[in-house]
Amino acid sequence: MATKISIWDLGIIKTAIRDSFLKLNPRHQIRNPVMFTVYIGSLLTSGLFIQACLGTGEAPASFIFAITLWLWFTLLFANFAEAMAEGRGKAQAQALRKARREIQAKKLAKADKNAKTILVPSASLRAGDLVLVETGDFIPSDGEIIEGIASVNESAITGESAPVIRESGSDRNAVTGGTQVISDWIIVRITTNPGETFIDRMIALVEGAKRQKTPNEIALTILLAALTLVFLLVCATLLPFSFYSVGAMKAGKVISITVLVALFVCLAPTTIGGLLSAIGIAGMDRMIQANVIALSGRAVEAAGDIDTLILDKTGTITLGNRQATAFIPAEGVNVETLANAAQLASLADETPEGRSIVVLAKEKYGLRGRDLVELGATFIPFTAQTRMSGANLPGRQIRKGAAEAIESYVKDLGSSVPFSVQKSVDAIARQGGTPLVVAEGKNVLGVIHLKDIVKGGIRERFAQLRQMGIRTIMVTGDNPLTAAAIAAEAGVDDFLANSKPEDKLKLIRRLQAEGHLVAMTGDGTNDAPALAQADVAVAMNTGTQAAKEAGNLVDLDSNPTKLLEVVEIGKQLLMTRGSLTTFSIANDVAKYFAILPAAFAGTYPALNALNIMRLSSSNSAILSAVIFNALIIVFLIPLALRGVAYHRMSATRLLRSNVLVYGLGGLLVPFIGIKIVDLLLAFFGLT
Amino acid sequence: MITGIGLSQIALYFLVLLLCVKPLGWYMARVYEGKACGLDRLCHPLEKLIYRLCNLRSPQEMNWKQYLSAMLIFNLFGVLAVYLIQRLQIHLPWNPQAFPNVAPDLAFNTAASFVTNTNWQAYGGESSLGYATQMLALTVQNFLSAATGLALVIALIRGLVQHETSHLGNFWVDTVRSTLYILLPLSLVLALILSSQGLIQNFKPYPKISLLTPLRYVQAKTDAAGQTLQDAKGNPLMETIQSGTQELPMGPVASQIAIKQLGTNGGGFFNTNSAYPYENPTPLSNFLEMLAILLLPAALCYTFGMMANDKRQGWALLLTMFLLFLPFMSVALVLEQKGNPALAAMGIDSVAEAATYPGGNMEGKETRFGIINSALWAAATTATSNGSVNAMHDSFTPLAGLVPLWLMHLGEVVFGGIGSGLYGMLMLVILTVFVAGLMVGRTPEYLGKKIEPYEMKMAAVAVLLMPMIVLLLTGLASVSPLGTHSIANPGTHGFSEILYAFTSMGNNNGSAFAGLNANTPFYNLVGGLEMLLLRFWIAIATLALAGSLVRKKRIPSSSGTLTTHTPLFIILLLSVTLIIGALTFFPVLALGPIVEQLMLWGHYGY
Repeated sequence: MATKISIWDLGIIKTAIRDSFLKLNPRHQIRNPVMFTVYIGSLLTSGLFIQACLGTGEAPASFIFAITLWLWFTLLFANFAEAMAEGRGKAQAQALRKARREIQAKKLAKADKNAKTILVPSASLRAGDLVLVETGDFIPSDGEIIEGIASVNESAITGESAPVIRESGSDRNAVTGGTQVISDWIIVRITTNPGETFIDRMIALVEGAKRQKTPNEIALTILLAALTLVFLLVCATLLPFSFYSVGAMKAGKVISITVLVALFVCLAPTTIGGLLSAIGIAGMDRMIQANVIALSGRAVEAAGDIDTLILDKTGTITLGNRQATAFIPAEGVNVETLANAAQLASLADETPEGRSIVVLAKEKYGLRGRDLVELGATFIPFTAQTRMSGANLPGRQIRKGAAEAIESYVKDLGSSVPFSVQKSVDAIARQGGTPLVVAEGKNVLGVIHLKDIVKGGIRERFAQLRQMGIRTIMVTGDNPLTAAAIAAEAGVDDFLANSKPEDKLKLIRRLQAEGHLVAMTGDGTNDAPALAQADVAVAMNTGTQAAKEAGNLVDLDSNPTKLLEVVEIGKQLLMTRGSLTTFSIANDVAKYFAILPAAFAGTYPALNALNIMRLSSSNSAILSAVIFNALIIVFLIPLALRGVAYHRMSATRLLRSNVLVYGLGGLLVPFIGIKIVDLLLAFFGLT
Repeated sequence: MITGIGLSQIALYFLVLLLCVKPLGWYMARVYEGKACGLDRLCHPLEKLIYRLCNLRSPQEMNWKQYLSAMLIFNLFGVLAVYLIQRLQIHLPWNPQAFPNVAPDLAFNTAASFVTNTNWQAYGGESSLGYATQMLALTVQNFLSAATGLALVIALIRGLVQHETSHLGNFWVDTVRSTLYILLPLSLVLALILSSQGLIQNFKPYPKISLLTPLRYVQAKTDAAGQTLQDAKGNPLMETIQSGTQELPMGPVASQIAIKQLGTNGGGFFNTNSAYPYENPTPLSNFLEMLAILLLPAALCYTFGMMANDKRQGWALLLTMFLLFLPFMSVALVLEQKGNPALAAMGIDSVAEAATYPGGNMEGKETRFGIINSALWAAATTATSNGSVNAMHDSFTPLAGLVPLWLMHLGEVVFGGIGSGLYGMLMLVILTVFVAGLMVGRTPEYLGKKIEPYEMKMAAVAVLLMPMIVLLLTGLASVSPLGTHSIANPGTHGFSEILYAFTSMGNNNGSAFAGLNANTPFYNLVGGLEMLLLRFWIAIATLALAGSLVRKKRIPSSSGTLTTHTPLFIILLLSVTLIIGALTFFPVLALGPIVEQLMLWGHYGY
């Protein structure tokens, strides 16, 4: 998955060339109103060419032939652009198809490992069926684990080779068809019917087969269709105007249909019209390159509109685990004593916090980890009742835990927390850290400062987002004090502290009511309502089926910061459309200067003054414009597939640079391009 | 070269205009927001009385469909009334010249023309309409068509500003307030000042006076139905007339001229419009009438800014309009001042001398007004959809004649018709915002309202229908004898005349390249339908757009939002306006005025 495919991949180009001819089918052409008019025009000139060959043509057969040829090329180039984009998607889909191969499933009669199993093909499984998957088996279809735990190799869809743990009753109970169990066994309840699985949907989406036009694309199509209609009339009415002029001047010939069709095709927004669907498909493709599956094209586009990001603190802004950063001993206690006790209490503690305490003690005070068994120690694990953990060594009881827990622990032993420790606890909490108090017996030794570590570079990222006009809101279950400290350190614009899952939903609703477009990430089942409510919801692939169903994008890397890339891809998609539309329309100015004098100079020689490109002859001028119009589509294919360069900057600056490049560029480039084509035509004596 | 006096006149004109924008714009915003505006004591009881007479006790908020139906029904009755009054004028009082009833096709054309704020005149005022028709039919519609335009733009502004509702205001209230608080007081003041300058206001029959020296002139021969007779070659038959007496047309002129200028109507009391001394006697009256052309359309931009709670938006649009207007006006000024090479070849000095000699191309111009005031008027009257004239556009040099043509081709958005100019410009803003919004990577929005497929459809219809209809009809007329028969000047100029006629009617402007005989059943019927279709089709699109926008949420702006008041946006809006106008009309302009000018220059060795 997510293999980088070069734009110049030969295999894709070959298929695309074949497809560009197949796409000449009128049923395909009619879907794109702009190109369909070109299609009709090409048919018309083809007919005129045949008529000319039969000896009664309105213009020399060779001229009509050249124009007709290049009109068909225009269509083929547009088809080619679309086929290229689809080809790239198909290449991605190929990898997915391998995962979809027929799998023999062990269908269970009831949810019991020892129940009778029957072997059935995976394609016959329906939602609600139960299957047993054991070591080495492929998971036959999407579902959720209802019993068991297993490590699963999901590289077929994520490209990540390290296996992941999937278990029942957790937020990691979703499994995807086509992935392989590499240890243990699970009982899976199938959740999708054949043909609707995650992989099926991915294949359909990346191939562009199921691509529906997004609202923005529809709006643009309306504009382009309206412009096309106007240009159609502009060209059609030139015929009566030409009649009138020839009649009034008694000179020249009435403009030929061939020239009118040529002028129309040049004026119609064929550049953007031909590339529009390629741009849309390529946008999806870029999402896939980023290892994000868009479950609808709409979501990709909406990502560009987001103005508020809701980010979970843990895992997104911070590294996900608190780490010990300092030991603060109680008055009269040696810091080494505290470090030693803290390390002993944490040796068997496999939580990231526990490990970080061991590491800190080792790095700062040279205390090497010791083996608990050698010490004859027993580990006291954390329980929800005691809210402490620790170790019992011969003659020593070491405990660490939240301040209140230790306080009640030592109180029971007839002691109390010293004032100095209380002060340290408050100070740490104020700084947004988590204080962990260490006690040996009834003596409180001091405090461990656990701190959330903000991810490197995230502050800069948020600053850029702010420039792009996107507000970030951090959501955390921490108390407001801690939350504020992290928020300040990470540079988010706002935070929601003490939040419960339902608060997230409320926050999103409130923001949406204010008119904001909200994006969020989530993985747990309790995130599902909020994901469903958010305008753009990125579900983690490691998340539950419910979360994946609720989201409209799935991040295969399960990386919450991916949201930022998603926004950029969305913006890039819209920008590519806008820039090429501007370019396409700006192009028309030059084409007028090429074709009008050529078409009417016979009647009005004075109009030659408008031939500012000094094109060699009338026929060459018209042909050059048509050739340029066709070739520009090919030249812009890489841009359509890659998207225009996106820089994180304010809307005003972005607009200025894009207007300069695509607006002014679009005005000037064709003057140069048409002149070059004309010179080449003249050089090879083709006019 | 343009003289210093000429330049200072232009500068004074813009200065006074700009000084009026803010107070008048403020006043109109207060009127439409129903706040105290200064005239309440006078107008409020009248307003109440009107509502009571109309059985409109407590005006309800309307959604877009209700607003639209009210507007359409109101205007339909307007068409019927104007038509009937013309058809029955012989039976009406105040017809001292006993003008007969107007022919059906002409009456339809005139009814369509005045209801749509076009004021295209296929009739000659002083030779075919009685005073009752002028006052009851035409002057009334001058007020009501302007009030309709104002109501429409206010509804669109409400659509942009209000959110999550379906209310656009009440059409009857907006129309009554537009007339009572804005149009009537301004017209009253202007009419009084103008009559002090010599505009007449009476109900007298036309007096016949003896000329000191007999007058000889050549005019086209007409048949009994008023149609120009043509020779075998299609050229009009001319006859020489000698006359020792002259009839002086009279009438209630001042009251009609004030609103004609203020309401971007433009339909003159007399056939020669504001070139006629009784309609525009002095430099001061000329200045005021010219000021009145741009006054309300310019001030509406400020009203928009106030109602949108963001005055920068209003100023941005006004600036865009000025930036479009100035180069067009300058081209007309410079070319007219430069004169006609054909005249120069005859040894006529085209260089102006301050205060004594106007120089330039004086053909078709009043010597009282000269080059500057004629060209400035021509630009102003076609930039807005006014269409009144004080010089004959037909006689401008070809490229200077292109200026009024192209200003109309832009869709009458440079100041534009009263109300319709601003809503036309807002449609272009929506197109611009759409393209520009895409270029910054966001679904486009304007004033916090998202532009989605429905909005795009309506804006596209509003902007692009006009060029299609105008081109289609010009094409039809240029190859049909029905169309070409009316041409006075053959060749490219005749083509420009046809183009000008359909452009003027299609954009509800009403000015004319007068060489064309427009009073034929073909031009009357087709033109009448064109005026109605484009005026109301665009109005429907506008209201539908307002209805869709008003339901939307307002998206709060951020630095990722495209700002719509910056110089960059103004440049973009300018470019979109010009490019759409150029791309749609460049070919037809090239075959009309452009090639005519090129041939003229070519002929005289430029």
